[in-house]
Amino acid sequence: MATTADHFQAHPEDHSHHDHDHKPAFFARWFMSTNHKDIGTMYLIFAIFAGIVGGLFSGMMRVELAEPGIQYLDTFATWFGAVNPDFNSTLHTWNVLITAHGLIMVFFMVMPAIIGGFGNWFVPLMIGAPDMAFPRMNNVSFWLTFFGFISLLFSAFVPGGTGNGAGTGWTVYAPLSTSGSPGPAVDFGIFALHLAGAGSITGAINFITTILNMRAPGMTLHKMPLFVWSVLVTAFLLLLSLPVLAAAITMLLTDRNFGTTFFDASGGGDPVLYQHLFWFFGHPEVYIMILPGFGIISQIVSTFSKKPVFGYLGMAYAMVAIGVVGFIVWAHHMYATGLSVNTKMYFTAATMVIAVPTGVKIFSWIATMWGGSIEFKSPMVWAIGFIFLFTVGGVTGVVLANGGVDDVLHDTYYVVAHFHYVLSLGAVTALFAGFYYWFPKMSGRMHSEFLSHVHFWVFFVGVNMIFFPMHFLGLQGMPRRYPDYADAYTQWNHVATIGYMVMAASLVVWFINIIYAFTAGKRAADNYWGEGATTLEWTLSSPPPFHQFETLPVIGETAHH
Amino acid sequence: MTSGKTSFGLGRAVSSLALSLAAALTTALPAFAQEAPAAPSALATGAANGAAQASGAGSYTPMAPTPGIGMPVDGGIGLQEQFSKVGEYGHAIHHGLLWVIGLITLFVLLLLVIVAVRFNRRSNPIASKTSHNTLLEVVWTLLPVLILVGIAVPSIDLIAKQYKPAPKDALTIKVTGNQWFWTYGYPDNGDFEVISNMLNVPDAPVINNGVREVGSQPWDGPSQLEVDNRMVVPVGEPIRLQITAADVIHSFAIPSLWFKLDAVPGRINEKVLVIEKPGVYYGQCSELCGVKHAYMPIAIEALPRDKYNAWVLTHAGGEIDGQDKPAPATAAPVPTADASEAPVVDATAEAE
Repeated sequence: MATTADHFQAHPEDHSHHDHDHKPAFFARWFMSTNHKDIGTMYLIFAIFAGIVGGLFSGMMRVELAEPGIQYLDTFATWFGAVNPDFNSTLHTWNVLITAHGLIMVFFMVMPAIIGGFGNWFVPLMIGAPDMAFPRMNNVSFWLTFFGFISLLFSAFVPGGTGNGAGTGWTVYAPLSTSGSPGPAVDFGIFALHLAGAGSITGAINFITTILNMRAPGMTLHKMPLFVWSVLVTAFLLLLSLPVLAAAITMLLTDRNFGTTFFDASGGGDPVLYQHLFWFFGHPEVYIMILPGFGIISQIVSTFSKKPVFGYLGMAYAMVAIGVVGFIVWAHHMYATGLSVNTKMYFTAATMVIAVPTGVKIFSWIATMWGGSIEFKSPMVWAIGFIFLFTVGGVTGVVLANGGVDDVLHDTYYVVAHFHYVLSLGAVTALFAGFYYWFPKMSGRMHSEFLSHVHFWVFFVGVNMIFFPMHFLGLQGMPRRYPDYADAYTQWNHVATIGYMVMAASLVVWFINIIYAFTAGKRAADNYWGEGATTLEWTLSSPPPFHQFETLPVIGETAHH
Repeated sequence: MTSGKTSFGLGRAVSSLALSLAAALTTALPAFAQEAPAAPSALATGAANGAAQASGAGSYTPMAPTPGIGMPVDGGIGLQEQFSKVGEYGHAIHHGLLWVIGLITLFVLLLLVIVAVRFNRRSNPIASKTSHNTLLEVVWTLLPVLILVGIAVPSIDLIAKQYKPAPKDALTIKVTGNQWFWTYGYPDNGDFEVISNMLNVPDAPVINNGVREVGSQPWDGPSQLEVDNRMVVPVGEPIRLQITAADVIHSFAIPSLWFKLDAVPGRINEKVLVIEKPGVYYGQCSELCGVKHAYMPIAIEALPRDKYNAWVLTHAGGEIDGQDKPAPATAAPVPTADASEAPVVDATAEAE
C-alpha cells in the first residue's frame, strides 16, 4: 500500500479549506447529519452512554450477587418507581436488570459502536469513498436506534406484570412475555427492538451498497481491507436475520394485544416456535457482534507487526464461512427444549464446524505476527488480549456445542461465562483496541500510551476475575438469571463481584485518558502508527477533512490489502 | 397422564417417528443396548432383599442427604459427582473435552508468548514479508477438523444414549412446572399428586406461605435447594419422566443426574432417568419463569423399591399394582394402557 499512498495524497493545503467552509451549524450538523464521520461519532458517543447504563445495571446485579439472600433489590426497585415494593416486585426488578443489561449491551452498545461507529467512520475511508451511499438513510438509522433506546429505558418505569419494567430476559421467550407479563412494559421493550432492528436493517443496506458500489478505482473485493470485509459479511447477516426477529416479536405483540395464539398451545400455537424464530436471528446476531471485531483485530495485528495479513483470502472467506454456517446452527440454544434425537445430533455436528474457520482466524493472526517486528502500542496489547480471551471463549463454545454435554451446562453460569468471554472480553476488547487504534485519527489528538496500558491490564485482570469463576459456578450447577443462590456458590460469586470493581476502575482510567487526550494530548500526525499502517485512512489528515476523497484515490496493481 | 392428552395427537405421531429413529440408533450401539436390560435385573435383586424387610406399609421418613452428594459443594470448581450411567459417560466426555480445550488454549498462549519474545521490535527489527504458506493453512484447517471428529463421535453417542426410549413397563412420573413450584404425578401408583414447594429460609422473606423453614427437620438439605415434599422414585429402575408446564416454560434440571429438560406448556417432553444409588439429588428450575424463578428447586429422593412402595402407600389413593399393600419386589408396575402407548416426546422443529 506504500506505493498506493504515493499515487494518492489528500492535498494537505486543502484541509483548512474543508475545515472551515462546509461544516453546517451545530443543530444541522449533529441533528440532521448526513456526514458519515459525524454520524459515526454520534454512534460512538451514544454507545458509550448506553454502555455506561448497561454497565451500571451489571454492577447492580453483581452487588446483589456478592452474598446469598436479597440485599439491595428492594432499593433498586424504588429507583424504577416502585413505592414500598413487595417481595414480588423486588424480585421482578432482578428480571428487569438482566433483561435491560442484555438488550442494552447487544443492541445499544456493541452493535452501535462496532458497526454504526467504527463501520460508519472507517468503511468509506478505507475503500476511498467520499461518504456512505445513502447519507440521509444513515441519519435515519442512527435516530431509529436512539429512539429504540429511549423506548427501552421508558419500559423500565411502566408496569410489566409483577413490577415495573420488562422482566422476560433479552430472549423475550413466550409465554412468559405474552400471558406471563401483562402491562405495557414488554410492549415498549418489543417496540425498542423493532426500532433498533429497523435502524440496523437500513444501516446494513447502506453498508452493502456502499461497499459493493463505491470502492475506489482498482480496489477489487480481494483488495479490500479485512475490516471492510467483516462489515460486508456482518451487513448481510443483519439483512437476513433481523427481519426474522421482527416477525417473531410482531407475533409476540399480536399474541399479547390482539388475541392471536402463535405461541400459545391452547389456541394451536407453540411456544417453541418462538424460540426457533428468535434463535434463527439470535445466533447470526452473535456473529454480527464479533465479526467487525475480527476485522479490527486483523488491521491492528498487521499494522503493528509491520506485515501484511497472513492468508488474506483465507481470513476473508473464513468470515464468510462463519456467516453462512452461523445461519444453520441456531437450535444449539435449544438443546433442552425437547428436540428430537436426530435434530440434536445434527445441530451438535453443525455447531462444531464453526470452530474450523474460527481456528483459521486465530492461527492466521498469530502467523501474521510471526516474523514481524512487533511494536506493543496500546491497540496491539488490546488485540493480543483479544486473541487470547477469544480463544478461551471459543473453546468453551466447543464444549457447549455438544448436545449431550449441554444437558448439564445449559442455562447455567457456564453459558454466561462462555458468552461473556466472546462478547464482554472479546467484542468489547476489540472495541477498545479499535478505539485506541483510531481515536487520534477521529479526534486529532493523541491519547496517553501509559494510561492505555494501565487501562488494558486492570481491565484484563478485572474481567477475568468476573467471568472465569463463572465456569466453576456453571459446572457446579448454578443456574442463570438467579438473584439468590445456595450457600455453596458464595465464594466464586464473591470473587466475581470484586472483579467487577476492578473492571469498573479500569473504565475510570479510560475516561481520564480521553480527558487527557482532549486537554493535553499531542496533535496527531496523518499516520501516527508509522510504516505498518497502510490502509487509505492513513493517507488523510487527523481528523480527516469534513469531506474526503473529492479526487478518488487509485489503488495500484501491486497494492497489498 | 390423563388430562390434556388428546390434544397431542400430531406431536405423538411425530415423536414416535423420532423415537423409532432413536431406537434404531441405539441398537446400532451394542455396548449400550446391552447395558439397558441389565439395569432392571440388578435392581430386582436389590429390591427383593428390601421387600423382605418392608412389612410396615405406609411408613416413611425422608432420607437425610449426604453432604456434598447430589448438591453443589463449597467453592467447587468441577462438575457434580454423577449418579446415572449417562451422567458418568457425560462426565468422562467432559473430562476429555477439558483436556482438549485446555491444551488448545495453552498452545495458543504459548504461540503468543513466543511471538512476543522473538518477534518484537528489538529482537527482530526487520519484518519478514511472508503472507502465504499453503501447506500451513491446509494443516491448520484439517487438524481442527480431525480433532472435532474425534469429539463428535463420543458426543453423538452420548446423545443417542440419553434418548434411549424407556422400556414398556417403566414407571411413569408426570412432572409439571408451575409458577413457582413443581407437581409430581404418579399415574402408575394410583395417580396421586405431590406438590413440591421450596422451604422458606430463616431470616429471609417468606417464599411460600404455610411452608416450614429449612433446617427445622433433621433430614433437611441446603437452603434454596430443599423442598417440603420431595419427588420420591425407586432407585436403579428406568423411570419415564413426562415433563410439561401449566403456565410458562420451566426447566427440570438435576446436575448430579445429568438431566435437564424444559417443561413447555402444551407439550410433553419425555426422557428416561435411571438413578444408580439411593440418595437425595437436588436441582433447580433452569428456564426463566418469572419473579420466583430462583425459588422452585427440585429434590429427588431415590429409594429402594420396598421403601418407595411404602412411601407410595402414605398417600391417599396411593396403590401398588392396584393393591393396597407392597407388591413383590420383582414386579415392576403393570404396564397400563398409558404406559404401553407410544410415549409423547418431542414434537420436533420439523413438525411445525
